[in-house]
Amino acid sequence: MTERAHLAVIGAGPAGLAASVAAAAGGVRVTLLDAAPEAGGQFYRQPAAELRARRPQALHHQWRTWERLREGLRTHVQSGSVRHLTEHHVWCVERNDDGFTVHALLGPEQEEPAEVRADAVLLATGGYEKVLPFPGWTLPGVVTAGGAQAMLKGALAVSGRTAVVAGTGPLLLPVATGLAAAGVDVSALVESASPKSFVRRSRALAAQPGKVAEGAGYAARLLRHRVRLLAGHTIVEAHGTERLEAVTAAALDGAGRVRPGSERRIPCDTLAVGHGMLPHTDLAETLGCGLDGLAVHVDDEQRTDVPGVWAAGETTGIGGAALSLAEGHIAGRSAAARLTGTEPGPGTWAAADRVRTRLRTFFAALDSVYAPPAHWTEQITDDTVVCRCEEVTGGAVREAVAELGAGDPRTVKLLTRAGMGWCQGRMCGPAVAGLAGCGLTPSRRPFARPVPLGVLARAGELDHQ
Amino acid sequence: MVGAACAWYAGRAGLDVILVDRGPVAGGTTGAGEGNLLVSDKEPGPELDLALLSGRLWGELAREFGDAVEYEPKGGVVVASSPDGLVALERFAEGQRAAGVAAEPVAGDRLHDLEPHLAPGLPGAVHYPQDAQVMPALAAAHLLRASAARLLTGHTVTDVLRAPDGTVRGVRTDRGDIHAPAVINAAGTWGGELAALAGVRLPVLPRRGFVLVTEPLPRRVRHKVYAADYVADVASDSAALQTSPVVEGTAAGPILIGASRERVGFDRTFSLPAVRALAAGATRLFPFLERVRAMRSYLGFRPYLPDHLPAVGPDPRVPGLYHACGHEGAGIGLATGTGHLIAQALTAKTPDLDLAPFRPDRFAEEAA
Repeated sequence: MTERAHLAVIGAGPAGLAASVAAAAGGVRVTLLDAAPEAGGQFYRQPAAELRARRPQALHHQWRTWERLREGLRTHVQSGSVRHLTEHHVWCVERNDDGFTVHALLGPEQEEPAEVRADAVLLATGGYEKVLPFPGWTLPGVVTAGGAQAMLKGALAVSGRTAVVAGTGPLLLPVATGLAAAGVDVSALVESASPKSFVRRSRALAAQPGKVAEGAGYAARLLRHRVRLLAGHTIVEAHGTERLEAVTAAALDGAGRVRPGSERRIPCDTLAVGHGMLPHTDLAETLGCGLDGLAVHVDDEQRTDVPGVWAAGETTGIGGAALSLAEGHIAGRSAAARLTGTEPGPGTWAAADRVRTRLRTFFAALDSVYAPPAHWTEQITDDTVVCRCEEVTGGAVREAVAELGAGDPRTVKLLTRAGMGWCQGRMCGPAVAGLAGCGLTPSRRPFARPVPLGVLARAGELDHQ
Repeated sequence: MVGAACAWYAGRAGLDVILVDRGPVAGGTTGAGEGNLLVSDKEPGPELDLALLSGRLWGELAREFGDAVEYEPKGGVVVASSPDGLVALERFAEGQRAAGVAAEPVAGDRLHDLEPHLAPGLPGAVHYPQDAQVMPALAAAHLLRASAARLLTGHTVTDVLRAPDGTVRGVRTDRGDIHAPAVINAAGTWGGELAALAGVRLPVLPRRGFVLVTEPLPRRVRHKVYAADYVADVASDSAALQTSPVVEGTAAGPILIGASRERVGFDRTFSLPAVRALAAGATRLFPFLERVRAMRSYLGFRPYLPDHLPAVGPDPRVPGLYHACGHEGAGIGLATGTGHLIAQALTAKTPDLDLAPFRPDRFAEEAA
């Protein structure tokens, strides 16, 4: 008897879960690896009761979807067709002559190695938050929008505080309403996208009845919690000595510049700021997968251009949980079919395909609405720290570009050390690219996370199950 | 780096210099280098002479730019891994001493005075106090800024302009022509392509290398430390992957680990086997590195000529064309000497070193 084909799925968020369940149902053996102690990823990390309480009716089906996925995973784990490896931090996927080796580090310390051999891999590594710097953004009290969500998921000991939520993107609404519902006084939601740009894209946005209802629900709750919405505004500075005390918000003109005289000071002790999401593509790039812009390129079956490598979810483009589920499902089905030697027929994933098409259109429209101010780099003063890991200022980056001949993020990095620290430029990459006057390009990171040299020296030598 | 050094020395010789690069400053192999200024890995001969000259010039430059370019005259320690290896290493060092290199034998039991964290039980080493290090991208950028050369980054040279008699008149770029009576080919790994634009053959080939970079640490590796096998690898003609551990601390804190060599063309694919071998070699030399984390790895393409010597000086085939490329893995170190010799050639001075071994037309027969 030949052993069943083996698929390694990396990431147990919506895409990875949907893919694992679909692939296992299609007859392949699945190993699901994820850094977290439990499945769910960022989206489904919230405790059930709270999720239910905070989500409007429109989102209720997503909760049911999660229950169904969790149940599906449990069934397949019990039957032995899915092995779920928690707290496995994957640092590299290596292509071998006869398949792939997934290299991971175990546990919270990330010191012990683990390796998984597989016939194919499915990358569902999700995305990470993009935050653009401005004066004062390193003060204690300034958190990322995603970080604020994590605070909500924790002990919720945030009531009594005054917060401002700022930046751009669809994440800001649930963060603002979530904080307000948790008892935080949210003084303002500062969104740089202007109401006009929503109107311009209204047709594409209106094609999404569910999403519009979701947005309307948030709008109603902003009103209920008396959160002031400052659309077409940006934060120009965060103030404070020891920690955050206030922010200055200002209106943007039609060209995306701060309108002089429109500044207003808003006292607050918490600023949750985010400027959208970026795809995690490190593992895919190291495997040699081609990208479309900043996201992994995939075909209709969610296959990358490297044989045996599929990708699904936000690593292939930011689009939220529902799109990730659809893509994961398609990827899992495709991988199962291909690995068992069958051609997936038309209609194998027709419903998921329709969802995928609809949501990709919707998020493409959103993407053109939610944008940082066109001239956001003008807010970065010369003494604003841009790279927090290496403490590189905006002035140092500008000097490297103007005086030393740097012309892209790589040479800025070489001449200033911006992006050489622990986060490897994940945080400062967009800001450095902006200051260098060029678009953000993928930055090759052969190691998706730091790896002890002793582990690296013996990579590939472990016994495999 | 070599282009920046040529600009600096030519400028100091009184020439007007325009520096053209298709990318940014230090965007090619310079940005992927470790910044080695080495005499230790060179056998007696023209390359060692160039290295000794370059080392002296780096020392002079360091008085002006030392901190800005992270110049560290820290010395090198070449470690033998076996008693036989030590005998060979000491014989090699003897020859170097005769050629003017400071090379001090270090007995096995004295090794830890030099490098306290080296693995126990190593038979011995040779200490080379003349070895030094710079941060190559900073070195190129600062030298260039101080050179007063006009810098045209983002300009791709598409042709070498020549008069009817074949004499060089300048270069054509994608953004206009630049007229000059002399053109210096400092295109590194891409020097062969530039030579071809001038109608001559210069067989520069890429030899890929990976470097591993660790998390920042307090200084625990004091010198540039490498295994004696490195010397053989540098001189080797093999196309296959070779790795010999080269370990050094940096002013900024991270430890750099080289050096792999492969002839695989311009393949930018990450190679786990190559960096795995680097990690294995480094942890053998310094066991404490076992638990130190590699943050990233990068690769570069050394400009390699078949006899491992660079092309430096005027090209007799094309009057007005000069070459300053093909330094393989030693381009940062040899840049100053190269720039100095090029400036002497440009101003019709007798060069400090005989340029015959570096003649760019020495491969002409192969072409035919």
